[in-house]
Amino acid sequence: MTSITSDPPLRKGFGLLQYAICLKGIVWREALRYLHQRERFISALVRPLVWLFIFAAGFRSVLGVSIIPPYETYILYPVYITPGLMAMIQLFNGMQSSLSMVYDREMGNMRTLLVSPLPRWFLLTSKLIAGVAVSLLQVYAYLIIAYLWDIAPDNYWGYLTVLPALILSGLMLGALGMLLSSVIKQLDNFAGVMNFVIFPMFFASSALYPLWRVEEGSPWLAFVCELNPFTHAVELIRFAFYMQVNWLSLAVVLGCTVVFLGAAIIAYDPSRGMLVRRGGPE
Amino acid sequence: MNVLQQDRPTEDPAPAGDAPAALSVDDVSHSYGKRKALDNVSFSVKPSSFTVLLGLNGAGKSTLFSLITRLYSTQTGTIKIFGYEVGRDPGEALRRLGVVFQARTLDMDLSIQQNLLYHAALHGIGAAETKARAAAVLEQTAMADRTKDKVRDLSGGQMRRVEIARALLHHPQMLLLDEPTVGLDIKARADILKHVRELVHSGIGVLWTTHLIDEVNPDDDVVVLHQGKILDKGRVSDVVARAGVADMRAAFTKLTGTGPLGGES
Repeated sequence: MTSITSDPPLRKGFGLLQYAICLKGIVWREALRYLHQRERFISALVRPLVWLFIFAAGFRSVLGVSIIPPYETYILYPVYITPGLMAMIQLFNGMQSSLSMVYDREMGNMRTLLVSPLPRWFLLTSKLIAGVAVSLLQVYAYLIIAYLWDIAPDNYWGYLTVLPALILSGLMLGALGMLLSSVIKQLDNFAGVMNFVIFPMFFASSALYPLWRVEEGSPWLAFVCELNPFTHAVELIRFAFYMQVNWLSLAVVLGCTVVFLGAAIIAYDPSRGMLVRRGGPE
Repeated sequence: MNVLQQDRPTEDPAPAGDAPAALSVDDVSHSYGKRKALDNVSFSVKPSSFTVLLGLNGAGKSTLFSLITRLYSTQTGTIKIFGYEVGRDPGEALRRLGVVFQARTLDMDLSIQQNLLYHAALHGIGAAETKARAAAVLEQTAMADRTKDKVRDLSGGQMRRVEIARALLHHPQMLLLDEPTVGLDIKARADILKHVRELVHSGIGVLWTTHLIDEVNPDDDVVVLHQGKILDKGRVSDVVARAGVADMRAAFTKLTGTGPLGGES
């Protein structure tokens, strides 16, 4: 029989170790779920590879990319879209996390997380970090295959310098997904996210074509692309892959991460967020 | 003093002197838009006591449950767990609380042990300590031989036992159960009810939410909730006496003006 009297009195508050245990537990659980969903890993990998091997191969002779930073020479189209596809993996992963949170809410698992005594901002941030960790695995698996296709940065250190950019852009896109999960009422509504968030963000960005090309065809679309945070995630990754920093993109991605995460935390706050306006996280 | 009489809330944090109530709910009201789900609800649960929150579907039980667990924020009134206000000091309040939700909240794709490890991590308890605690709580709930099994492979009654084991894992001092026997067969219901009643002897305060009147014992404390209002509270014998009827079933029918509550077959 469990006896509460045998326990020492609870010390008020939580120590750093307890926060670390909680973070580790959330990341571990996300990784376990990911391992149980092998098809998720495969589809996450197949999607960018289809773009790389089919779309980019088809367009390489049609679309020339002139010398633009961070490139120091003419490049092939598959080389150009590789950072965009890295960001695409993270975009889909962020939205997948959003879907997973809606599913957890519908199945009731979300309550287990939300009744934890640790601060809610910490729980949500931990969940976000767990999602980013999963997306990093996917991106590096993609980079290994791209390397075999002869697509690699000029310097192998690029694989390392791109890591902080991937973490930051993963946090931004994951936070956006988390925010969306707070406003999606049911799993059925997730198709709307595909149509109204993922596709516009991806196509109205510099992932598939440089912005100067877009501007030639449609200045207003180029303007929209410049406003798109996903464009800046792509450019941050692109520059970091070539061991450079795009400061504007860094500022935009950092700012958007703070705003999206702050809004998601508010949305999941029981007194202020979207959940209470809807009648709770049922 | 009757445990269900409105005792004065303790100061925050938990003071010396009089032991604070395991759970105190004071003047709590809650609305969804214009619809009032709870109206000035007040009661308390003492440590080492078994209290039944009795009400029909739609009485406001689940709303109250969500407020106690801070899934919703209190609009008016205060809720304290061992003197710690849920709204102001959620960490201290929630770490003393074990919860079994009406809907299943286990991760079906993980094993029992993995579910327990995850729950313990959410309370900042490390893996080594969790394994020792898990062995004890699973032994208690007669699930020790199924540790490695996936939750998906368990029956409804077994899942409930695992949820109770999980709720006890961080050694809470107050246990909330929201209609935990819904959908279970008669034997599973009886086993779970018996087990939870035994927990009271170890010092845990229990709030058992149900709409099944046959889950109420004559020596229990009961809170009758109907359409968001408490109609009566106290020892079952006192509630029955005040209603001037023969038993709790008749008392409930008289208080609520509804047909009799059934047991679930």
